[in-house]
Amino acid sequence: MDLKAGSRWTSAVSDVEVVVVKAPDEGLALSCGGAEMLPHGSEKSGGAVEAGLDAEIAVGKRYADVAGDVELLVTKGGTGSLKVGDEVLDIKAAKPLPSSD
Amino acid sequence: MNLALLLEMTAGGAPDRVALGSKSGGITYAELLERAQQAAAWLETTSAEKLVMLDVNSEALPIALFAASIAGRPFVPVNYRLADDKLRKILARTTPSVSITAADALERTADIEGLSTITREEFLSHAQAGGEHLGTFVAPDEVAIVLFTSGTTGDPKAALLRHEHVVAYIVGSVEFLGCGEDEAALVSVPPYHIAGISAILSSTYGGRRIVYLPQFDPKTWVNTARDEGITHAMVVPTMLDRILDEIELQGESIPSLRHLSYGGGRMPIPVIERAVELLPNIGFVNAYGLTETSSTVAILTPDDHHVAIASDDPEVRARLGSVGKPLPGIEVEIRDEEGNVLPVGEPGEIFVRGEQVSGEYEGIGATLTPDGWFPTKDGGFLDEEGYLYVEGRLDDVIVRGGENLSPGEIEDVILGHPSVMDVGVIGVPDQEWGEVVAAFVVLHEGHDVSEDEIADHVVSKLRSSRRPSAIVFCEELPYNDTGKLVRRTLRERFADEG
Repeated sequence: MDLKAGSRWTSAVSDVEVVVVKAPDEGLALSCGGAEMLPHGSEKSGGAVEAGLDAEIAVGKRYADVAGDVELLVTKGGTGSLKVGDEVLDIKAAKPLPSSD
Repeated sequence: MNLALLLEMTAGGAPDRVALGSKSGGITYAELLERAQQAAAWLETTSAEKLVMLDVNSEALPIALFAASIAGRPFVPVNYRLADDKLRKILARTTPSVSITAADALERTADIEGLSTITREEFLSHAQAGGEHLGTFVAPDEVAIVLFTSGTTGDPKAALLRHEHVVAYIVGSVEFLGCGEDEAALVSVPPYHIAGISAILSSTYGGRRIVYLPQFDPKTWVNTARDEGITHAMVVPTMLDRILDEIELQGESIPSLRHLSYGGGRMPIPVIERAVELLPNIGFVNAYGLTETSSTVAILTPDDHHVAIASDDPEVRARLGSVGKPLPGIEVEIRDEEGNVLPVGEPGEIFVRGEQVSGEYEGIGATLTPDGWFPTKDGGFLDEEGYLYVEGRLDDVIVRGGENLSPGEIEDVILGHPSVMDVGVIGVPDQEWGEVVAAFVVLHEGHDVSEDEIADHVVSKLRSSRRPSAIVFCEELPYNDTGKLVRRTLRERFADEG
């Protein structure tokens, strides 16, 4: 998979859609709910979300790996933990700020 | 990932929410996206490499901004108030381009090679002509926005903001669809100011309705805020002072308004104290940012305002004059002229670092240090709690006998004199000290004060080195149209008048 920044991916098994904010330049595999994600606009394969990988993914939130090498922005929410390789990505918490503009 | 993705997300999550205009009859997010896509389809049929906007605020502005992003063309809002020669010079730098041009500017911008023009009405008809855009991939590191800085010396610089900078700012500081359905922002800053761009993007991502004022005028601002149920607004310092005058004149507040942010220039402490007193139920936010940093990098929150105003501790109270703390994704350092990081409390140059920071100009390139820090050319310091104080442009610092004096500090004190309506402080050449303080003072109508009284007032609050050596009484001060005091003009005036 070519996870270049700006590329968009859709879950094969749920409604989840993401855009890559950053990723290292090395063929990493991105999955959602246990199934490899598909390029944006692809037909879904229609399988089920794998048990244990059924986290609710929130739209508008960023998900990242511990090292901070990979970051995704969720453009459509749904079910299915996001993984890069073997690592489950965690929500990158942002404190809501008062509006400045 | 480009700017238009932010709109796509909101149009997906809240398609029927009103994005622009009045609550009934306004343009929804789904409609805004459709119009931007159709306008992009038109833009793709042109040979223009940039989309220029030479017009006042209107619904055409966000449509144009998003259309340019979808088509992968940089968006270049230009100051329509510039003198003809300057304006033509800037437009020539954008070619090959197409400009959405106000009717009264068409003649002024005719016959520039490589620039074609279209009126706002023509543009809006393209946005509903049913065209289909190509869906080109726009990479995050492509240029999204070009803004010409006001440039106090020489030619204006063209600051480049790439999609990744601006998206990092919005996604890092705004909660997606985090705004209530009743929220509405009144936008009166001009389109060619970074705050005019970030207002569109923040409101879009948060799901807040935008109501535009074509141009700022205090009476229209107050009346529109009341009529349109405005809950949020951003103003520059000169606007706030005039809005407060208007509210006092009308003797009536704005019940729906609950949040007012200010920035784009130094806010005099007496003005913000007056604002908090006159509008006690409104949350005030002081935002500090630059064009080159994709807008805000530090904020003083509503809570900070309340705590500072209620405090007897002079250090806490002083925070009302700070710009608060850096945003989560932003680091701030204060450095001396050799680049050494300075300890808490010591003034120097403000450096910032973060994903939203561009610091790049067309033809000049990136001005970041190798480790990613942007020198803002603003002077300032951090206090023990991490609050950032901005003392103004380093070029404006007065160096008197080796001591650095901040014009803003002296202006705040003079403005505290009951007879003074406005003041601008500059450094002027002096044989003995190198530079000394000169103050241009505007008095309230019917007031009469001597030069000595003003000078003594300064010395009663500050060290004697701050005492103005010259005081010039005048009718008004020179401001640019985004509320920044043009000190260069004061320096020229002083040299002419002695």
